[in-house]
Amino acid sequence: MNTMRRSSRWLAGLSGIIITTVLFLVPFAFVFTMAAKDENEASMLQFSWPTHFQLWDNVVAVFQARDYMLVIAFINSTILTVASVTLLVILGAMIGFVLDRRVSKLNPLINTLVLAGLIIPPAVVPTIWVMQSTGLFKTLPGLILVEVAFGLAFTVLTMRAFIATIPKEIDEAAIVDGAGPLRLFFQVIFPLLRSVIITIVVVQSIFVFNDFQNPLYFLPGDANATVQLTLFNYMSQQRTSYNLLFTNILVITVPMLIMYIFFQRQIVAGMTSGAVKG
Amino acid sequence: MTLNRRSHLALMAGIAAGALALSACSAGSLGSSSSSGSAGSVTITMLVDNGDATVKTANGIAEAYNATNSGVTLKIETRAQGTDGDNAVKTKLATGDMSDLFAYNSGSLMQALDPGKNLVPLTSEPYMGNVSASFKTAVTSGSEQYGVPLGQATGGGILYNKKVFAQLGLSVPKTWADFMANNAKIKAAGIDPVIQTYGDTWTSQLFVLADYYNVQASQSDWATQYTANKAKYVDQPAIKGFQRLEDVFKAGYLNKDFASAKNAQGLQALVKGTGAQYPMLTFTVSAYVSMSATAKDDIGFFAQPGDDASKNGLTAWTPGGIYIPTTTKGAKLDAAKKFLAWFATPAGCDAQTKAVTPTGPYMIKGCTLPSSLPVAVTDMQKYFDAGNVAPALEFVSAIKGPNLEKITVEVGSGITSAADGAKRYDEDVKKQAQQLGLPGW
Amino acid sequence: MSTTSTRPKAPTRASRATARHVDRSYPLWFYVPGGLVYLILFIVPTIMSFYFAFTRWTLFKATFIGFDNFVLFFNEPGLIGSLRNTLVYGVLTSVSKVVLGMLLAVVLSSPLIARGYLRSVTFFPVLVSSVGVGLTFQVLLDPFHGPVNAVWSAITGADGPRWLTDPKLALYSVVGIDVWKGVGLATLIYIAGIAAIPNEYFEAARVDGASSWQIFRNVILPLSFPATSTVIILSLIGGLRSFDLIWSTTQGGPGFASDVIASVIYKQYQAGFYGLSTAGNVVLFLVVTAIVYPLSRWLNSREAVL
Repeated sequence: MNTMRRSSRWLAGLSGIIITTVLFLVPFAFVFTMAAKDENEASMLQFSWPTHFQLWDNVVAVFQARDYMLVIAFINSTILTVASVTLLVILGAMIGFVLDRRVSKLNPLINTLVLAGLIIPPAVVPTIWVMQSTGLFKTLPGLILVEVAFGLAFTVLTMRAFIATIPKEIDEAAIVDGAGPLRLFFQVIFPLLRSVIITIVVVQSIFVFNDFQNPLYFLPGDANATVQLTLFNYMSQQRTSYNLLFTNILVITVPMLIMYIFFQRQIVAGMTSGAVKG
Repeated sequence: MTLNRRSHLALMAGIAAGALALSACSAGSLGSSSSSGSAGSVTITMLVDNGDATVKTANGIAEAYNATNSGVTLKIETRAQGTDGDNAVKTKLATGDMSDLFAYNSGSLMQALDPGKNLVPLTSEPYMGNVSASFKTAVTSGSEQYGVPLGQATGGGILYNKKVFAQLGLSVPKTWADFMANNAKIKAAGIDPVIQTYGDTWTSQLFVLADYYNVQASQSDWATQYTANKAKYVDQPAIKGFQRLEDVFKAGYLNKDFASAKNAQGLQALVKGTGAQYPMLTFTVSAYVSMSATAKDDIGFFAQPGDDASKNGLTAWTPGGIYIPTTTKGAKLDAAKKFLAWFATPAGCDAQTKAVTPTGPYMIKGCTLPSSLPVAVTDMQKYFDAGNVAPALEFVSAIKGPNLEKITVEVGSGITSAADGAKRYDEDVKKQAQQLGLPGW
Repeated sequence: MSTTSTRPKAPTRASRATARHVDRSYPLWFYVPGGLVYLILFIVPTIMSFYFAFTRWTLFKATFIGFDNFVLFFNEPGLIGSLRNTLVYGVLTSVSKVVLGMLLAVVLSSPLIARGYLRSVTFFPVLVSSVGVGLTFQVLLDPFHGPVNAVWSAITGADGPRWLTDPKLALYSVVGIDVWKGVGLATLIYIAGIAAIPNEYFEAARVDGASSWQIFRNVILPLSFPATSTVIILSLIGGLRSFDLIWSTTQGGPGFASDVIASVIYKQYQAGFYGLSTAGNVVLFLVVTAIVYPLSRWLNSREAVL
C-alpha cells in the first residue's frame, strides 16, 4: 500500500518533470543554443547543439555593441527598477496602512481610484504632455515616477489586504508605548510586512525591468536606453543577427532569474496572506 | 530578530536614497566615443535611423567632416527605424529636444512634421544651388525649402536573377502580360517566379507603390486629383497596383513561405536563384551584394511593367534629407549650416560613397558615381538617363495612408480582394488627409 | 507582543480617545506622497485624454472636432474585428490561466518528487520580457524553418500549420504564447491560495474517507475561490489590455487578423493620429470597465457569501 502510493507519486512526479521540461524549458534551451552559435548557423533557426560553441564571444560582442550600450542600459535599468520598486513599496505601504486602519470619508474615493488604476489603460500622449510641463519628460526620475504611478494601484491593493491580517492590537500596544505615526509605521508595522514586500518586489521588479513601452515613450534616446530596448540593436530591415539577438535575450533575463531563485521560497508566503485573501 | 529587521529597513531606506541621488543623472554614454571637442570648438549632433547602411554612411560623413574641418565637430545619434522612428522624430520636435541636425524622409513624411513651424528654412542658403531640382520639390513646403539630400535616389521595381532569365531564355518584360508569361515559364521550371516577404510587412507595398509611374502615365494629373479627394484607389488606373498583387497570388506564383519570410530571406532566395524576381527598392542592393561573390553581377533590375510597352518607366524614391530643427540656435545653428555647406558638395558625396556602395544617383550637382557598380544600379541609371522616371506618389502628394502595408499583406495573401483592399486604403487615406487638415476632405 | 489581550473593555470616553488616536496614529498625509505621484502622472493625463479625444491633435496643435474621432474610430473597418479579437483574447487567456493554473497548483501542492524544480520551471517564463518571449516564439514557430514545425513535419510528414501567419490561426497562437508566459503567475497565486486553506479541512475530509477528487471538488475548489477571482480579474484586465506580446509576434497581422483594440490604438498613435488614438484609449477604457467592474463586484459578492 505504502510503496504503491510512493511509486505512483514518483511516477506522477516523473511525468510532471518530463512534461514541464518539454513545455517550459525547451524554449529556454533553444534560446541558449541559439546564443552559442555563430551568425550563419543561427540563421538556420534550427534546434541543435552549436557546432562552434561561442557563447562567450557572443556575450562579449553583445556587451560591446554600439559603444557598450548594454552596459549603460543595465545601469539605467537597475537604477530604474531599484528606485521605482523601493518607492512603490514605501508609498504603497503607507497608503495601504492608513486605508485599512482609518475609516474616513476618503475611503470610498480612494478605493475607486485604486480600482481605476488597475483597470484604466494609461493615456500615453497626455502623459507625455504632463511630463513636459513638469520638466520630467526624458529624465530618469520622470520615468521612475511614471512606473510608480502605474504600479501603485496593485501595490496598495496587495499591501492593504496584507495589513488587514495584522492585528490592530499590535498598533495599540505601540501607541500606548507612545509611538508617533512615523515610528508606528516604520518601526512596528513595516517590518511585519516582510513577506508581502518580497512578493511586491518580485512582481514589480519583473514588470519594471521587463518594461518596454514606457521607457520607449518617456525616456527616449540611446544614452537613456534600458535593457529591453537593446533587443532592437540586432534587427534591422535587412538583417537579423539571431545569435546576438538571443544572446541579448539571455543576458537580460539573467538578473530576474537570479532574483527569483533568491526569493523563491518567500514569494508564496507573501501571496498567501496578501493578494489572494481578498 | 527585531534588531535585524530594523537594520534591514535602514538598509532599504539607504538604497532608496542612494538610488534617487544616482537617478538624477542617467548613465549617459560609456566607452569609445573619441572626441570631446577642444576648447572653443562647437560640437553638433545629428540624429539618423539605426539601419546598418545609414549608420555606416553617417559615421563615414562624420569622420570625413571632422578630419577636414576644424572648429565644428559632428557627432552621430541614432533612433529606431520605421513607424517607431517616425514617432520618435515627431515627439522630439514637439518637445523641443531634437538633435542639432536630423535625417528624415523627404516628401509626405517630411510634410507631416509641420516644417513651417519646426524646421529652419534653407531656401536662401548658397549651397542649395547644388541641390537637384527634383529633390527641392520633395523638401518644399509653402514657399520654403528645408533640406539637403542624404544618400541617393532609389528605384522601386523588380530585382531579378539574370542567370535564371538566361537559362530559361527570358527577356525583361515591358508589359504586365509579358511579365505574367515569363512567370508561367519560370514556374514550370520549378523556380518561384515572384518572391514576397510579408514577415517584413513594408515589403508588401511594392506592387502598389512602384506602379505609380504607370498611373501617372495614363492620367497625368492623378496625384493632384487624389490630393483633392477626387481620384480614388478603387478606380482605374490606380487600382491596378492592387490587382497586380492579387494576380500573382491567385496564379500561385509566390514562394511558399511568403507569409513569414523576411526581407533578408527574400534577397537570399533571389541570389541563390530559388526565386527569380523580387519587387523591391534598390537600396537593398548593398545588402544582397554581400551575400555572394557574384551577386553584384547576377542580379538585374527593371521597372514595374504596365499595360503599354511604349510607356515603360521607373518610379523613383527621392532620398531623405538632412534638416535643422528650429530649436538649434546661435553657435550651433551656425555650425550646422557650416556643416551643410560642406555636405552639399562632391566632398560630401565622396564621403558617402566611401562608406557604403551607392545604390543610385546622387541628387547633388557635380557628384559622380564610381565605376564597377552593381548591375541593378546601372540598370536603374538607364531609366534616369532616358528621362523615364516619375517620383513616387509620396513625393508629389502629402497623403500616404499609414495602413497600406497591412492592406497589401491582406491582398497579397488572398485574405481580401483587390477591390476591397483598395476601398479600405481609400478610407485610410481619408483619415490621413483629415489629420493634415487638407481642403476638400 | 500580545499585551493588548489584557486591555479592559473600552468605555465611551476611551472610544472618543480612540477616535482621536486614530486621527493621530493614522494621519491622512500618508496618502499625500503616493497620491501626488498618482494624481499628476495618472489621473491628470487620464482626465486630459477625455479632452484630447475630442480633438484632431498633431502634437503641434489640437483642434476641437467634437465626436468625429469616435465616429471615425467606429467606422474603422477593422474595429469590429479587433473588438471581437480583444474579447476572444481576454476570455481565452483568462479561462486557460484559471484552469491550467489551478491544475498545476493542485499537482504542485501535493508532495511530489522535484516539487521545487517543477514550481520554478513553470514560473521561469514569467521572468522573461514580453518582447523576448515574442521574438523567441516568432523563431520557434517559423512555419518553414522553425523547430516546432520541424518536429511536426517529422511526425506527420506534412508541412506544419502557419502558426503566426495564417489569418485564422494567428490570434490563437498568440493566446497560446500568452498562456505559456503567464500561467506560472496564476499557478503561484493558486499555490498560495491552496496553502492558505486551513489544514483542518483536509484532515476532516481524509477522516471522512474522501477521495482525491472529492477533496478537490469539495475542499480545494470552493476554498481557493479568492485565488480564482484574483486570477480571473488580473488576467482579464491584462488580456483585454494586452499589447506587448501581440505586437512582438504578429503586429496585429497578417493584415488585420490579430488586431486588438490596444494594437489599433497603437497604430493610430504611430501614424500621428494622436486625437484618434486617444479616443481609442477612451473606448478601450470603457470596454474594460464595462466588463471588469461588474465582474469584480459579482466575484466579491460571491466571495463574501463563501
